[in-house]
Amino acid sequence: MSAASSSRIEMQGVSKSFGAGPNRAIALAEVDLDIEDAELVCLLGPSGCGKSTLLNIIAGFVPPTTGTILVGGRAVNGPGADRGVVFQEYVLFPWLTVAGNVEFGPALKGVEAAERRRIAARYLDLVGLTAHAEKYPGQLSGGMKQRVAIARALANGPAIILMDEPFGALDAQNREVLQDELARIQRTEKRTIVFVTHSIREAVYLADRVVVMTSAPGRIKEIVPIGLSAGRDRFSQKFTQYEAEISRLVKAEVAKVHE
Amino acid sequence: MPSVAAKSGVGLFAGLPELMESGVRGRPLPRRRSIALRLGAVLGFLGVWALISGLVVVLDLFNPIFLPGPWLVLGAVVDLWQKDALWPHVAATLQRVIVGFGTGMALATVAGLAAGQFRVVRNLVEPAVELLRPIPPFAVLPLFIIWVGIGEASKTGFITYATFFPMFLATVHAVRHVDPLLLRAARSLGARPHQLFVRVILPAALPEIFTGLRLGMGLAFFVIVISEFIAAEEGLGFLINDGRNFYLVPQMLGAAVLLGALGYGANALIRLLERRVLRWQAPGER
Repeated sequence: MSAASSSRIEMQGVSKSFGAGPNRAIALAEVDLDIEDAELVCLLGPSGCGKSTLLNIIAGFVPPTTGTILVGGRAVNGPGADRGVVFQEYVLFPWLTVAGNVEFGPALKGVEAAERRRIAARYLDLVGLTAHAEKYPGQLSGGMKQRVAIARALANGPAIILMDEPFGALDAQNREVLQDELARIQRTEKRTIVFVTHSIREAVYLADRVVVMTSAPGRIKEIVPIGLSAGRDRFSQKFTQYEAEISRLVKAEVAKVHE
Repeated sequence: MPSVAAKSGVGLFAGLPELMESGVRGRPLPRRRSIALRLGAVLGFLGVWALISGLVVVLDLFNPIFLPGPWLVLGAVVDLWQKDALWPHVAATLQRVIVGFGTGMALATVAGLAAGQFRVVRNLVEPAVELLRPIPPFAVLPLFIIWVGIGEASKTGFITYATFFPMFLATVHAVRHVDPLLLRAARSLGARPHQLFVRVILPAALPEIFTGLRLGMGLAFFVIVISEFIAAEEGLGFLINDGRNFYLVPQMLGAAVLLGALGYGANALIRLLERRVLRWQAPGER
């Protein structure tokens, strides 16, 4: 699996409904979206807008009700090593050490022990956890667990990384530190990243494009390209303008739910 | 205020408020303190026992043969030991438990893993298990004796039968209730079905499988005694029944205490193994 292979994600008419008959609930309706190589796209919207459902469909955890979804030109058929996933709940393997977790993907592919250790060392260094390689997840804080989860996803070499509100369970300080780290990592690693969040600040800080979704059923309301360069300043005037613009779009959606 | 209350307490109750405060979730007691408490409890129990059986004699309450003091029980055990008449009974019981429990563990783990993982196996095995499980195992002991005779096979077979159920059910439950997010994470890292089983389901299920093993071990000591009551020539259960026939109450109590000690030791052994295998678990989670 080389990161150089095309990792475009193409979605056409993707919808998802749960249940049947009068209890049928439409979570997603007719989503068309293309995500380019090495692009970081944030899916943003209020709770229940189907953004996590869309991510789960790309990951292959749930099949779409209608529509097609291609990754690197091939139809998605279940989860695979070409699409790494980072969950809000960290989901580390508690019986493996930090290094063992990061080596998990390579071990599945039969990579030799020495090479696995080299890979793990590299990615643990990238997320600043070299000193904690031999600890078990139960001994780590939330922020450290999520760093391990990111290292584990990167170390498996997927062209695409799907992140489902990865920093949602962290406190505000840890959140910003990890956003900084993710932005820094993305500058060198250049993976295609789909990042689900309900934080407008987070989306403006990280994304190349922010996909604002409507509330139930989930549709794409607007796609906002963020014209800011790397190393973004959360307090710059331009940043605040983007925040305000997206905030208006999202508020309209939240208001609709309460009508 | 609470500190004053704690200080004003005397003797036995001095540490009570802090004991109540720490409870289940609190910091563990210092090792020496916890050992002292445990030892104190055992000695206290022996003391009360000695006191009551002494009072029976002094106050002439009833025939003291019914409640011999701990020293008489110890005497009976030492006496048996000196006559080389103790070890054969301990060995017989231990051997039955080890063989019976070991077989039960092997069968229950293999069948439980298979039934947990494969719907077909589950549908084949579960009805039989669910029908047999509510029958108290002792109800089928006479059947075991009729089928395989009164020898060792009926005793070890009976332990295997009785211990199978809790260990099987724990294993099936453990396999079926592995956190689905762990499975998603592994599949996204490229795990194929057999890799999922070996690298995720098995280690994730181990803690609960161990709980099943401890339940099964407790049950093994529970049922061995009864099967040794019926048609056995040696074993600690036989010693108890033999004591009943000849009014040797100290021998009955001695054998019971030995059974307790063996059960305690077996449980400690499993816990030790558990701590080694599951050393990733934080102490608080165990």
